[in-house]
Order: sequence, then structure tokens, then C-alpha cells
Amino acid sequence: MFKKISALLLAAVMLLTVCAVFTSCSGDTSSLKIGVILIGDETEGYTKAHMDGIKGAAKELGIKDSQIIWKYNTLENSACLDAATDLIGQGCSLIVSNSYGHQTYMVQAAADYPDITFVSMTGDFAAISGLDNFKNGFTKVFQSRYVSGVVGGMKLKQLMDDGIVTPETTPGSFDENGNVKVGYVGAFNYAEVVSGYTAFFLGLRSVVENAVMEVNYTNSWFDIDKEAAAAEALVANGCVIIGQHADSTGAPAACERMLGDGKICYSVGYNIDMRETAPNAALISPTNTWSVFYKDLFQKALDGKASEQPADVAKGFDEDGVAVTELGTSCAPGTAEKVEEVIAAIKAGTLKVFDTSTFTVSAEQGTCTVETDAEGHVTSCKVDLSFMDWTTMTPVYVGEVVECIVDGAFSESTFRSAPYFSIRIDGIIEK
Amino acid sequence: MNNSAKETVKTHEPLIRLAKRDGVSMPKKIGIRALAIIFALVIDAVFIVLVTKINPFAVYAEIFKATFQTPLRFMWAMRDMVSLLCIGIALAPAFKMRFWNIGAEGQVLMGGFATALCMMFLGQSLPTPVLFLVMLLTSIIAGAVWSFIPAFFKANWNTNETLFTLMMNYVAIQIVAFSTNVLRGQASSLGTINMTTRIGWFPKILGHDFTLNIIIVAVLTVLMYIYLKYTKHGYEISVVGESENTARYAGIDVKKVTIRTLIISGAICGLCGFIIVAGNKHTIATNTAGGNGFTAIIVAWLAKFNTFYMALISFLLIFLEKGASQIASAYGLNEYIADIISGIILFCILGSEFFINYKMIFRHKNNA
Repeated sequence: MFKKISALLLAAVMLLTVCAVFTSCSGDTSSLKIGVILIGDETEGYTKAHMDGIKGAAKELGIKDSQIIWKYNTLENSACLDAATDLIGQGCSLIVSNSYGHQTYMVQAAADYPDITFVSMTGDFAAISGLDNFKNGFTKVFQSRYVSGVVGGMKLKQLMDDGIVTPETTPGSFDENGNVKVGYVGAFNYAEVVSGYTAFFLGLRSVVENAVMEVNYTNSWFDIDKEAAAAEALVANGCVIIGQHADSTGAPAACERMLGDGKICYSVGYNIDMRETAPNAALISPTNTWSVFYKDLFQKALDGKASEQPADVAKGFDEDGVAVTELGTSCAPGTAEKVEEVIAAIKAGTLKVFDTSTFTVSAEQGTCTVETDAEGHVTSCKVDLSFMDWTTMTPVYVGEVVECIVDGAFSESTFRSAPYFSIRIDGIIEK
Repeated sequence: MNNSAKETVKTHEPLIRLAKRDGVSMPKKIGIRALAIIFALVIDAVFIVLVTKINPFAVYAEIFKATFQTPLRFMWAMRDMVSLLCIGIALAPAFKMRFWNIGAEGQVLMGGFATALCMMFLGQSLPTPVLFLVMLLTSIIAGAVWSFIPAFFKANWNTNETLFTLMMNYVAIQIVAFSTNVLRGQASSLGTINMTTRIGWFPKILGHDFTLNIIIVAVLTVLMYIYLKYTKHGYEISVVGESENTARYAGIDVKKVTIRTLIISGAICGLCGFIIVAGNKHTIATNTAGGNGFTAIIVAWLAKFNTFYMALISFLLIFLEKGASQIASAYGLNEYIADIISGIILFCILGSEFFINYKMIFRHKNNA
């Protein structure tokens, strides 16, 4: 028995040695270390977009892989604080987190370690936190959502012009006033999503004037089954174009399946190109180009000026902060030209996504104070930028109340990077 | 019929037979386990090289460093270990009584939920010591109620406690999901409770606000050991666990013991929710218990309800968990790969228990 065991042990040791010879480690010389805290990993579209952005920016600036330390699958609880503290222990002087809910933990770490810069992506209270080393960043993704809405609108218009979607052939796709229905799978009912779906809807309605939209919430950022079910419910209700602000491929996959079954439905995705998931149903996806943000940030960090990063940064088409994916095969003729035209107009500032003349408001507003003229166009919208503790209804960080209607349009992502457009406009029904 | 008759005629001896064995000496036990760990490390090394092309020794060093590199990492491991251990301690009496309490997840969650509600709504009005007392009591009651319900049904109508306690988890999760969805207001999640005021957070001792967690669970470990081993209650629990009929014959009120034990089990789970929320996470969400309610079942069983062994096993599990996320982080590996690596180690260690409890008899040997 002893012989057997010792033989086994010897074999084990030899095998381990062989394995060790196979590989080797390399050290790094540069001083900058960047810590990245992620809500998911590369299997999840939203996180993958951030990882690609960070890797792309690092590559451009010559930052080595070994200078970036990743923390995957970090929940939005004290695990985030642990991760941040651990990254500091590993020598990181810049720490980035990618999910909104990380920010309350990032700010705790920022308060404890004033020499280290913390960037909470998509967060919303850096400017009012009173900390110089705590930053937020976002993109003006509402712009690319608007463009994706235009693409959806062109498809819808084509279907209506071709007589495929008409009150006679598909009565379920029209409401009692003869408006044609589109749908939207939303994650949560707060400003980030409201801003996004309103931009999408306004883009779509710039092409099809009599469109109305139903929004189905999943109450989750990533849930393939729920997103698929929400898309199915919307299509069953007659919606023809399905947009989304949720992170999985659930809705496009469901649209592809239903399209194959003879339903009329097309999908506008998010974050990633959905053509692989839905070769026939996918039209386009609005995306964030995070690398632009990260490149700026990392350059500052390399120069030792990370603390000079502004508290809020949100880049749009004009700075290549957002983009759209290539068009799907089902897109209407002329879409590519139209997309270019719209993007150029947004860049030039001649087209404003939330132009108050393009929408009306009649519903009671819960989260912002809105004044309208006789026709229902918004003349004033006051938004409180304070960060609230909603259980006690007291502000944690007090922010300004700002007038967001500037030059006839709602000025989104300018007073802070995270979206704050939460006006419920006419023509959109939340479910 | 025909087949089995044939087989009995043909005396075919299997290659390996298994026989239960008792009284394995301590050195031998340790030897078998050491062998298991080496075996695991070898399999892992092959896996690591084949799949990731990374030096396996460096990977093992990272796993080790995940817990031991800095005092802070070690304290975090201790903190997470006691969260798991506390639930294991809670489950021990129930499982020893052969009451399959699969509901720890929900009981912890209800305890944590009660704590969080106190922090939110009584934090402003009560003085700190009173607040802590209220948090403690409500969490214990919440956990106890969550286990009392299935126990009551089991004791009175002999309902299936496995299903009942499991279902109670989902009820608890939905209650918390619904409530946090309401309480978060227009934010995306509840976030840290009393972030700036720190009302209802455990005070920092030795630089950590979770030091109290470790102390509480350490005390519980000793108390539960004594309770199970040296008290009349503990004896009653083991008798009921062995045989209800024997218990009845011995004059033990099975119904009473069942309900009492489950209340204790649930109360400790509730307490665990309290220390997790007040001493660590400072928020409540559906994942506050984090699956520990189920992992703790393994802890309790492997340790055969000895709370000190439970501490060891909890530590091993946390060590591997930390190691997995550390190697994922250090080498940019997908966490699934990291989980496979630590999973192989765990599998081999658990598997070695089999060789401690059973003896393999090979065909060519002369068997007794």
C-alpha cells in the first residue's frame, strides 16, 4: 500500500512540475494600476461592453493587461466595498465600477481613501457628494436610441405602405383611435429607462406620426426569460416594433421566433449587435462607446491627474461616445442614408432629441415639476438633482433644482451625466 | 425472475466491494484527506494547464493569497465564514432531529428584513441601545415565525417539512423583492441603509464593524455545542432523530420537541439575518442570504452537527470561494473556470469522506 501511495505522490509531483515548466509569469514595471469592479463578466452584454471599452482604451494608451485588475460578478452590496478596498490593497490608484448600484459603496471607499480616484459609471451623485475623488460617467445614449427609433419607424412605415400592417389586415396593431402600436421592454421605471424609451419613441414617431407605444417592465436588468415574455406579451397585444432597455438577448430572440411563426414583429436591440441572435428580426442596436470615456480617464490617470477628471462626463455622437450597430437585413430601403442624416443633424445640433415641439404632456407627473402651454407642449421642467433616501424621504446629498428646458428642448445629461428625463409624455403607456 | 435466478447461480464476484468501516484512526483519516487534496491539486493542475495555460502553482498561490495575503482579507474571510457557520449552527438541531429544514435561506432573509425595517423606520426615533435590542428581538422573532409555521404543520398534521420549508423560502424572497421594490422609491435599488448617519450599524471594534459578528457566532458555536451534547434538550433531539417511536416510548413529547427545536433553529437564522444586515451588508435584498441557507446544510451534515467541525468546514468553503474569485480576478479568467478549479478541490475532499467511512475490497484479495 505504501509503495502505491508513494508512487502516486511521485507521479503527482512530477506532473505538477511539468505543468509549472509549461508556463511562466511576467512582472510589470509601470506604476499605474487600475481596478475595475464589474456587475457581471464577459458573458453579460452590458459588462462586456465596458470590458471592451476598458481594454480598447488601455491598448491605445499602451497600458498593459497586468496593470488592470478585474473584479467580476460584484453585487451591488458591501461586496463592492470589499472589492474596492481590496483593489486599493493591491495598489490601484484608480478604481472604476460599472453598475449604478455600486455607487453608494464606491462613495464610502472614496471618503476613506481621498488619494485614490473612484469612478462610478452611470452613477448620479458625484457632483453633489462633496468629494473631489469621486466621479461619475455616462454616455448620451438617448441620442443613439433616437436614431434606433428612426430605423424602427422606417420599418414600420414600410410595412404600412406595403399594406402589411393596416387596420384591415392587422386590426390588433391599431388602437381605438387608429394609432399604430409599438412596444418596449424596459428594465425599471426610473429616469434612465424613461429617458431612453422616450428618445426611441420620438425617433420612431418622427417617421410614423400616428404611433403609440406600450412599455413592459421586467424589473430586472438581465433576465432572458422575462424579457422574452415581455416581448411576447407586447407582440400578442399587436405591437409591431419592439425596442428594449434591458441587457439580454431575450426580446430579439423572441421576436425572431415569432417572426418565423408568421407574426409581424421586428426588434431594436441594445448594447450589442443582435443580428446573430435574430438574423431576420433585428434591425439595429443603439450602443455606448465606452472606450472614448475610458481613454480620456486613463490618459489623465497616466499623467497623474486623475483627480482632475470632471465629476460628470457624458459624451454623445459629437464625441463618438455613442454609436449604432450595422443595419439588419430587414431594414427598409433608404435606412442607411436616413441614419447618417439624423446622426449628422444631432452632431450639428440642428436636431434636438427632446425638442419640446415634438411631444405633448397631459398626464400627472410624479418625479418632476412640469408646466405646459395650451397645446400641452412643455415650457418648463424642474428637476431636483438631490440624491434621496426614499424610505425616509430625506436627501442624502442635496442637489440643485434645475430648469431643464433650454432653448425649446429638454437638456438631457448636461446638468449631470446620468439621465434625469422622467417626463411621461402622451402616446406612451407604461404597464 | 429468470434473470435473477441465473445470477444467483453464477457466483460472479464484483471487482470491488464496499464495506462500511468504523473506528478509522486519526492519522489514517488525516492521511486519506491529505491524499485527496493532493489528488485534487493534480487534477486541477492538468485542467489549469490544458484550459488556461497558466502556471498551476501560481494559481494555487493566488487561491491561498485570497484569504491569507493581508490581515484584512483574512478578516473578511472570517466575516463571511461566520455568516455561513451561523446558519450551520442554526440548522444543526433541526437536522439532528431529522427535520429537513431547507428553509434557512428564507428564515435568514426574514430576520434580515426585520432588521432592515427597524433601521429604516425606528432608526430616527429610538436611542441606539434600544434600537439594537429591538432589531435583535424582531429579527429573532421573524426567523422563528418562519420556521414555526412548517414545524407546527409538521407536528400536527405530519406535512412534508422539506417542501414546506423550501416553499417558505420563496415566500420570503417574494416579500423582500416586493418590499424593496416599494422602498427603493425612484432609485434602482434600496442601496445602503442610513448611509450617512450609520444608524443601526454595528459599532467598529478593532477597526471593523463586523467584529461583533465574529464574537456573536463564536459564542453561539460554543453554546450550541453544549446544548446538543450536554443538555436534556439536546438528548431529546437526538432521540427523536433516531426514532420517533422510541422517543414516544421514553415519554418524550415529540410534538413539543419538534416545535421547540425549530423555533430555536429559525431564531438563530433570524439572528444571522440580523448580524448580516447590521454588521455587514447594511441593506436588504433578495440575495442577502446569498445561498448560504443551502450551503449551510452541507456544512451541518459534513460536520455531523459538531459545531467546531462546522467552523472548519465553513472556513474551507469560504477559502475556496475567495480563491475562486481571486484567480478569476488575477488571471482574467471566467469565474466559471475558477469555480471548476475550486469545485474539484471540494469534490475530492468530500469524496474522501467516502473512503473514510467505507472500505474497498478488491476481488483478488481474500476477503473475510
